[in-house]
Amino acid sequence: MADWSLKVVKPENFRGTANILSNGGNNPLTAMFGRDETENPEVKGYAIYAVFENLSEHKMEAVKAVFGEGESLCYESLTSVIPAAVWYEREIQDMFGIVPQGHPDPRPLVLHDTFPEGFYPLRKNVAKDVEVRGNRRMDMSVAKGEGVYEVPVGPIHAGIIEPGHFRFSQAGESMLQLDARLFYTHRGLEKIMEGKTPEEALPIVERICGACSIANTWSFCQAVEKIAGVKIPRRAEIIRTLLMEIERITNHVGDLGNIPAGVGFNPAISLGGRTKEMLMRLQERIAGNRFLRGVIVPGGVHQDIDSALINDIADIMDKVKTNVSDLSEMFAQQANFQNRVRTTGIVRKNTAVDLAMVGVGARASGFAHDSRKDFAYGLYPELDFELVTEKTGDVAARLALRIAELTESFGLVEQLCNLLKADKSNDPSNLTSQIDWSNVSGEDWGLSESARGSNFQFVALQDGKIDRIFVRSASYPNWPALTIAVQGDIIPDFPLINKSFELCYACIDR
Amino acid sequence: MFKVIERLLGDKIATEKISLTGSERFRGKINGSCPENLREECAKVCPVGAFKVTADAQGYAVDYKKCLFCGKCVEKAMGNLQHSSDEALPVITEDAAEVTAEVIKQKLGRSLHVRHLDAGSCNACDFEMGAMSNPIYDLHRYGVHVDASPRHADLLMVTGVVTRNLEQALKMSYEAMPEPRLVMACGACAAGGETYGASYAIVGAADKVVPVDIYIPGCPPRPSAMIAGLLAAADMLAERM
Repeated sequence: MADWSLKVVKPENFRGTANILSNGGNNPLTAMFGRDETENPEVKGYAIYAVFENLSEHKMEAVKAVFGEGESLCYESLTSVIPAAVWYEREIQDMFGIVPQGHPDPRPLVLHDTFPEGFYPLRKNVAKDVEVRGNRRMDMSVAKGEGVYEVPVGPIHAGIIEPGHFRFSQAGESMLQLDARLFYTHRGLEKIMEGKTPEEALPIVERICGACSIANTWSFCQAVEKIAGVKIPRRAEIIRTLLMEIERITNHVGDLGNIPAGVGFNPAISLGGRTKEMLMRLQERIAGNRFLRGVIVPGGVHQDIDSALINDIADIMDKVKTNVSDLSEMFAQQANFQNRVRTTGIVRKNTAVDLAMVGVGARASGFAHDSRKDFAYGLYPELDFELVTEKTGDVAARLALRIAELTESFGLVEQLCNLLKADKSNDPSNLTSQIDWSNVSGEDWGLSESARGSNFQFVALQDGKIDRIFVRSASYPNWPALTIAVQGDIIPDFPLINKSFELCYACIDR
Repeated sequence: MFKVIERLLGDKIATEKISLTGSERFRGKINGSCPENLREECAKVCPVGAFKVTADAQGYAVDYKKCLFCGKCVEKAMGNLQHSSDEALPVITEDAAEVTAEVIKQKLGRSLHVRHLDAGSCNACDFEMGAMSNPIYDLHRYGVHVDASPRHADLLMVTGVVTRNLEQALKMSYEAMPEPRLVMACGACAAGGETYGASYAIVGAADKVVPVDIYIPGCPPRPSAMIAGLLAAADMLAERM
């Protein structure tokens, strides 16, 4: 994967440069994040980065603004020209106290009301485990008017799901507006990982999120391997790509069983649940853990996939294929199910592009955004698969897209299994390249396409220890789109729309 | 419609007996004895401080409440330690064991109503909790129900390290439950609280905020381990397994 081109500018030129890199919104904003470099004698200040994907040239372009010693920590907000910046700027303000002037919604995002004002945890002068209490203001955004009322939901929900607070502004049954307060499971993981070596940080990276363990770990390993200048063995590359596709299949199949739960379509829930369980058991057989934890390590992979396991994978995939095609038929034949999912929760292509959406959410709205095609990593450049898109951007489109992507992923798994069989280098010493971290310094990024979309990570190492890690999972750019998708639909459709995106909370909360 | 009927008629019963043994590679409880020269190394490599050096012949004790089952100590022990494919069993506090028996026999009959609370998990435990209700594990056959509100629940099942942003939600949920009530800390985060280490945003294990009666080891615990824990809670383990 090519490196990025990084421009360093003064804070007053940050917005202008970012606007050029964004190319009128054609180059999606991948991420924005802050960094404390006050201890770095060459910088002595704070910095913010904005990273864009140049989709036509298949490369990353970044701009970095440095706030030198004593300079005021303010810059002109990007959100009015690049709407995708909306959450990133709020997060940077929470974590570093760098103020985006003119931001349309400068409320706190990450740190809830028990934290005090003026507490910026990612600054280096704040201890990792400091305990501060306060009472900051956190208002919800609501619509007002005659007959408009609020419905508060969460953070504890009726089902077994993650915590988030939703405030619906209702006019009768219709949702006029939705404000989501998330980051309930914010654990401060980026701060915790500072000062650790990549190997020490690995168990934490694997546990940022359960559903995206492979995607997060792979992005992280890509970043640190690029910094160390290490090339990983080909067999490890095949295994990583294979695991990624198995993780995608598991998640997509889980969603096929979960979306019908939004309308109480029990036979489909049951078949989906059983099929997912087959895949979870397969994952346990491969990794020793049902969430594929413990396989990918910096430098390669920790465990091999031998021919017995390859046969297991092929067996299970055959059964899963049958069940997926049956599920797809069940959905198609059930008129009342189709009635619920069609024209529900629409995200238009313009919205998807403006918010720089990723993954299933983007592609179901006709935005062909897939890091497996946009950036050459893993084994993807060698493999034969289609980038699938749908046009309508509703729940039905996101469901149909998953089914179509599953077909592609089954093909990928088959190709990868054949490559593994053909690869004769299955000597355990060929699975990992040894890396001596002691003198490794530098910064780089990693990217991998999880089931929900691309997971981006930025890592800066200083003498083999993490100086800054930024994790942007696929759910981050897609969450704001959910609040747009629900507008005008009725409140009983919310669970269905929410499940059709299947956004992680743990991934974005970190 | 035809497909639905075809599958309904064609499929066999999917529900299985629960098994506490995993597949060949499954990283379960740790077996073997650790030679003296490697003990310190093994303890050092544990990311959560679950591996403690002891003076007895085995040479170590693993706190399964904290253990991530990552396999680092086993690797360091150069073949002297192995992961067995058996799951670590639920841990019940001593006075709670009495409470459970009393609660179940006299107050609840054979039904147990559970409320889940994600107090800051990575969602792996939550997914496994969801899996308990699929046709393979079919939690309902044991008389265990997942409720929509803590006000209807006998047992609060907590997953994740308690975060600062959810501390109040956990306290309020516990207080909303009718007595007698039980709390289960499910998974290494809620039970041990050391998964990520200390942070400005983390309070710690569930028992730092509410009294915990049952601890389920695992990262995440498999659905079968969670069911075993729930059955232990319902004091029906011996009868039903």
